[in-house]
Amino acid sequence: MIFVTVGTDSPFDRLVKVVDAWAERTGRSDIFAQIGEGAWEPKSIPFAHLLDPCEFKERFAAARVIIGHAGMGTIISALHHGKPILVMPKRASLGEQRNEHQLATARRMTEIGGVNVAFDEQELCQRLDRLAELALPRQIGSAANTSLLKGLNEFIHSSF
Amino acid sequence: MTQAKPRLLAISSGGGHWIQLLRLRPAFEGCDVTYATVSLGYRADVPGCQFRLIHDGNRSQKVALVKAAVSILFLLLVEKPNVVISTGAAPGYIAVRIGKLLRMRTIWIDSIANAEELSMSGQKAGRCADLWLTQWPHLASEGGPQYLGSVL
Repeated sequence: MIFVTVGTDSPFDRLVKVVDAWAERTGRSDIFAQIGEGAWEPKSIPFAHLLDPCEFKERFAAARVIIGHAGMGTIISALHHGKPILVMPKRASLGEQRNEHQLATARRMTEIGGVNVAFDEQELCQRLDRLAELALPRQIGSAANTSLLKGLNEFIHSSF
Repeated sequence: MTQAKPRLLAISSGGGHWIQLLRLRPAFEGCDVTYATVSLGYRADVPGCQFRLIHDGNRSQKVALVKAAVSILFLLLVEKPNVVISTGAAPGYIAVRIGKLLRMRTIWIDSIANAEELSMSGQKAGRCADLWLTQWPHLASEGGPQYLGSVL
C-alpha cells in the first residue's frame, strides 16, 4: 500500500497529479491519497480530501511507502514508523506555501533522516518508477531528544 | 504537605505542530497538563489528559484569527496555567502573546520545519516568550533563540 499525503494546510495538486498519472500508466491500484481541500480530484487513485486524525494514523500505519509534501509532520511520522518516504517540497515560488521552508526541510532531512526527495515533477516520476530503491529512513523513538526534554522540564519547574 | 504541581497549557495548531508538541510529553512530567489544539480528532493522542478545543486561524484569514484569539483568551482565563508552551503556529503565537500579558511563563519552540530561518510568527512569539528555542543549532544566537535539542 502506498499512502500519499499533502498535509492539512493546503492542497498540492502538482504532486498528486504525478502520482495519479503514474497510477494510470502502471495500473497500480494499491494507492490512497489525502489530497487536501481543493477543487481538483484524481481519476486513478482513491482519495479523501482530509482524513480524521485516527483514520489518517491507520492509513499511515498500513502503508509500506509514504509519498508526500516535505512537511515535518509527515516526515516525523515516517521516521517514527520506519517507513520509506519520498517527498516533494511545496514551493512558495509556485504559490504553494508562504515561504520556501519545505525546500530547506527537504535538504536537511535527506542528510540526517534518510528522507528521499524529488525536487520537481520529473524527478518524482523517475523515483516512482524505482520505488523499491528508496532509502530506508533513520528510525526515531516516540519522544524528543533527552537534552531538549530535560531543559524544558527544568525550566517549567524552575519557573513555578 | 505535598507541593502543588505547576499547571501547564500545551497548545498548538494541527498537523506537524501538534506532532512536535506530542513529542515533548515526557518533559511535562510532574505537571498538571492541559492540551489544546484545533481538532477533536487529536483527543485520542492524549488519553486520560485534559483536552480543550480552540478555533484555528492563520495570518491570511482575519475572522478566523479573531475567533482563535477569543477562544484562546477564554481558555487562558479559565485554565489559569502557570506555564504556556507552544510549537506554533498561529494559535501558539496568540497563546504566548496573551499568556505573557496575563503574567504567565511562556515557552516558544520554533518548528523544526524552519531549518534555514525562523518563521515570522516564530520571531514575534519568541521575542516575547520567557524561553525561546530553535531546533537547529545554526539558528541559535545571542538575543535570539537558544538551542537545547530537537524533537527528533
